[in-house]
Amino acid sequence: MREIHIEKITEVVAELCIKACLIVDPKIRTHIENAVNTETGLAKQVLENMLQNQDIARTERLPICQDTGMAVVFVEIGQDVRIVGGLLADAINEGVRKGYEEGFLRKSVVSDPIHRTNTKDNTPAVIHYNIVSGDGFKITVSPKGFGSENMSQLKMLVPADGIEGIKDFVLKTVTEADSNPCPPIIVGIGIGGTFEYSAVMAKKALLRPLGQPNHDPYWAGIEQELLAEINSSGIGPAGLGGKTTAMAVHINTFATHIAGLPLAVNLGCHVNRHEEAKL
Amino acid sequence: MIKEIFTPLSDAVIAELNMGEMVHITGEIYTARDAAHARLAQMVTQGQKMPFDFEGSIVFYAGPSPAPDGKVMGSIGPTTAGRMDIFSPLLISHGLKAMIGKGLRSDTVRGEIKIHRGVYFAGVGGIAALMSQSIKAVETVAFEDLGTEAIRKLTVEKLPVIVAIDSKGNCIYER
Repeated sequence: MREIHIEKITEVVAELCIKACLIVDPKIRTHIENAVNTETGLAKQVLENMLQNQDIARTERLPICQDTGMAVVFVEIGQDVRIVGGLLADAINEGVRKGYEEGFLRKSVVSDPIHRTNTKDNTPAVIHYNIVSGDGFKITVSPKGFGSENMSQLKMLVPADGIEGIKDFVLKTVTEADSNPCPPIIVGIGIGGTFEYSAVMAKKALLRPLGQPNHDPYWAGIEQELLAEINSSGIGPAGLGGKTTAMAVHINTFATHIAGLPLAVNLGCHVNRHEEAKL
Repeated sequence: MIKEIFTPLSDAVIAELNMGEMVHITGEIYTARDAAHARLAQMVTQGQKMPFDFEGSIVFYAGPSPAPDGKVMGSIGPTTAGRMDIFSPLLISHGLKAMIGKGLRSDTVRGEIKIHRGVYFAGVGGIAALMSQSIKAVETVAFEDLGTEAIRKLTVEKLPVIVAIDSKGNCIYER
């Protein structure tokens, strides 16, 4: 059985937090570079500012956005792996603490939703574990800003709502969000499963490489259709008008109950930070 | 193309700002977001003295990231303004007429801006490393216990914003 020491995990989580907040995903960079040529006026200016900002963040070692998010961590643990030296969750939280401190990232987490005392180290992280075959270990850190998180929505549709009901709710969510989630956005959608599982699928959909289609041609078609509809909304970069409202729509699906059609729509901002590492 | 304005803002300068215009702000502005707004609103209600003079002031809905060694400021940019909508009418009626945030405002806030001849500037969300280059000095003036949500006086040079709601009540987000 392969052993992984928690110190290694802490180290890697800290590095991923910093990298995700300072360095933009190259696929997003390319997408915005291309979009600049399709826009004019204020929309073009905003996209150019986003590119300048990415350059300054990299060279000055500053976060791309001041909201460096709440750390959402996905762990894929091979069932032939043994974690040694302490608790995995403690190791992850220690990594978040270290990364947010050493990277000069904002501490945005409060310990209780009502009493709201800042924990001052951005812990705890939200951690999702998944046990898989083999002896691999993959960890993904997604610092999630709340400008976009707050604009996300979930609805328990009924089977008769069908694909039209799904499309309507996704478009309603994006339209109501308007400028708030910092467009151009990534739209992560979870369809099926249960109440909570649809939300986890939507979050995971944001982690997919930008623009990679769903493996099922039917759903890949729906992704394209929704993307075109969203980009015809006129919301545009920063919501100041234009053609570039979303960069991608990613759909994940799962089996569901005879009575239900859960639908979760999780919005990601124009940085949509996530970084992963394999140990 | 880009209009240069300076703080404190006079009513005459605000009156000449039009929806959609790109503006550079130079001078002193104050940060305040969710937690600071809750406290300011309570202080107004209790008739207490404000931590800074509202007259001619601009409030920036922002909570910066920590300043790395050798830098004045970390990254800074506007947060979603809509969350301040519940507090804004009270503060506007007490003279805080200029705000910087991002995104939609309620019809009520838009109405108050028009009545009191104020202005709402939008910054672009998520260009915070770029915006931080405009910050030349920082001083915490109130609520230090709130950490990133404390009220800070920022000395800014050419801070880039867009007029989102002008004193006539025109709104850039109207589609």
